[in-house]
Amino acid sequence: MSADYLFPHRHILGLGDLAAADIDFILKTAESFKEISQRSIKKVPTLRGKTVINLFLEPSTRTRLSFEIAAKRMSADTFNISGAGSSTVKGETMVDTARNLAAMNPDCIIIRHACSGSPGLLARHIDASVINAGDGAHEHPSQALLDLMTVREHKGRIEGLKVAIIGDITHSRVAHSNIIGFAKMGAEVRVAGPATLIPPGIAAMGAQHCRSVRQAVSGADVVMALRIQKERQQDPLLPSLREYAIFYGITPEVMIHAASDAIIMHPGPINRGIELDPALADGPRSVILDQVTNGVAIRMALLYLIMGGE
Amino acid sequence: MSVDNLESVILLENARLLDPAGGLDALGYVLVRDGIIAAVAAGRPEGVELPAELRRLDAGGRWLTPGLIDLHVHLREPGDEHKETVVSGAAAAAAGGFTAVVCMPNTRPFNDCAAVTLQILAAAAGAAARVYPVGSISVGLQGETLAPFGEMRRAGVRAVSDDGRPVVNSQLMRRALEYAGDHDLLVISHAEEESLSRNGAMNEGATATRLGLRGIPAVAEEIMVHRELALAEYTGRPVHIAHVSTAGSVDLIRRAKARGVKATAETAPHYFTLTEEAVGLYDTRAKMNPPLRTAADVAAIREALADGTLEVIATDHAPHSDLEKDLEFELAANGIIGLESALPLSLALVRDGLLTPLQLVARLSTNPARILGVPGGRLAVGEPADLTLIDPDYKFTFRADELKSRSRNSPFIDWEMQGKAMLTIMDGRITHQEISF
Repeated sequence: MSADYLFPHRHILGLGDLAAADIDFILKTAESFKEISQRSIKKVPTLRGKTVINLFLEPSTRTRLSFEIAAKRMSADTFNISGAGSSTVKGETMVDTARNLAAMNPDCIIIRHACSGSPGLLARHIDASVINAGDGAHEHPSQALLDLMTVREHKGRIEGLKVAIIGDITHSRVAHSNIIGFAKMGAEVRVAGPATLIPPGIAAMGAQHCRSVRQAVSGADVVMALRIQKERQQDPLLPSLREYAIFYGITPEVMIHAASDAIIMHPGPINRGIELDPALADGPRSVILDQVTNGVAIRMALLYLIMGGE
Repeated sequence: MSVDNLESVILLENARLLDPAGGLDALGYVLVRDGIIAAVAAGRPEGVELPAELRRLDAGGRWLTPGLIDLHVHLREPGDEHKETVVSGAAAAAAGGFTAVVCMPNTRPFNDCAAVTLQILAAAAGAAARVYPVGSISVGLQGETLAPFGEMRRAGVRAVSDDGRPVVNSQLMRRALEYAGDHDLLVISHAEEESLSRNGAMNEGATATRLGLRGIPAVAEEIMVHRELALAEYTGRPVHIAHVSTAGSVDLIRRAKARGVKATAETAPHYFTLTEEAVGLYDTRAKMNPPLRTAADVAAIREALADGTLEVIATDHAPHSDLEKDLEFELAANGIIGLESALPLSLALVRDGLLTPLQLVARLSTNPARILGVPGGRLAVGEPADLTLIDPDYKFTFRADELKSRSRNSPFIDWEMQGKAMLTIMDGRITHQEISF
């Protein structure tokens, strides 16, 4: 690890706060940590004695598990609070929850919350470091970092790549963080999806809005399908999932237009046959399970950089 | 600061009199006797018979205007007295230079019947400002049946509105406009098409996208402004559009007025002072409905204030405590306080050359009085002695701990401001005094 770079952040609230150099440093740190998970004894003492709280106020399986595994492989003590078991359902405010947690002296709180900006609110009220594990439709920084890591692993670089992100851009914090992250690292980011699910001002975030999936995918090195939420039909944003699959799903026919060595990504969980054809999800171009593997390494790196750097 | 209620005769001299109704802008004096303006004229009070028991105040050339009238406040009583009471709201009004406030009916319970109106007016007895309650348009603000306009008018309401909520049902709005005429009531519209704004937390656009917040598009306001203007035109009845925030609304109102529709409209200081950028990193003090808009909207609002399309500046004073504001942005309540910041923020329009002092006073006093049909708004013999003495050059920091309001939810806290009410007189008595004479 380069000794001359001092990671300048106490919190990880979003990729909007990180410079390209920060992102590069996180990726390098994660790349060096990846090997730990391949040992037979998957544990290093780096964060021994540190306390990490997983405050998940919105349902999550894989992200929470990934953070917990990451913390435990670094020897931190981890505790989980989930939405149903927390005091927020008893009417306690976020600020009160934060103050109570702070009184128990944790070193890091990992928060998932349905409201955009809530990790920042938490960070303002406690001394511990805060990692955003997904806030509303705002950001999901660790997901974008693991996506960047996976792309760099497979392509050797990020700069100059053409990245197509397809689906519900409006409601997807994964898309938002990825647009910011890939744009900051020099990739050409394109988005496509139903016009009802493309928010205004997406260009200001660094992405080019393509009128069709085919246009977005054309020549792309990376094709990322987003999960479509089934309840979007009621909003009303979509006629049906069937129509979505026909016009916006990633299929072998669509992938013909991508670069011949294009990789396929998905943040999971997949609606098979809707946003992504099962043959592609399980095919040789899919790097979806690499994303999950790299997620642990990225989260180990984040925990290390904000807590173990001294 | 001392509040002195004893003098029955006050002479304010050497003041720059600003009376839009009479077109008067000159150094002069005002004599107050028994709560009434007994004399007003340019020049010195020479040859005027003055009583021996007289409080004689030299205004030092400061502006003397008819008392400011705020067409749009929320006083939170009954029901949410931890945020504001009628008395604390009236004190905040006096401190901001206002002598009268028009309070919206979305209290708990709603002001949708004479009993609640009477309760509010009872609380207002002896308060530092006149309080004109607004009754609701619909029972329980449910948008279904008309509230008892006649009974509420007898109890003392001067206007009706479901402010805080739109009247979704167009037929109900049409009937409200028609029936309000029978009882000499102004209808005030909160213009919002809810199916477009629901769950929105700020203006729709690039900033909302970046923050991951659901947006409220300008068109949600404009569709309803258009409907209100169409209904006013069809029924021939006047309508007053509350808190105009978008360039599109301004354009609709301007064109409707040009073809003779009896429409009036207000905006609030935050809509000509701040853009959506004030939300910053989820600052709930910049969350209100309608939301702060874009620079182009701000420019259009300012232009409309200058050309008279928007003839009223009202605050939409909406007090909330930390219980409603120190929350996740999407969960925080809408609204900011405004009574104590409205005058300095509005005076910036004069400094910027958009409004003359007389035009500013028209928007803050004369026009609200005329639209609501209440006394005041004029410096004229026989009018109630509701007066505001303004120092347009006075510089101060807008501090939370100096506010008279019970709430602190303002994006302007710690702003450096210029221009202030130094003396407020309501009904002949001093309700706010910032200077010694």
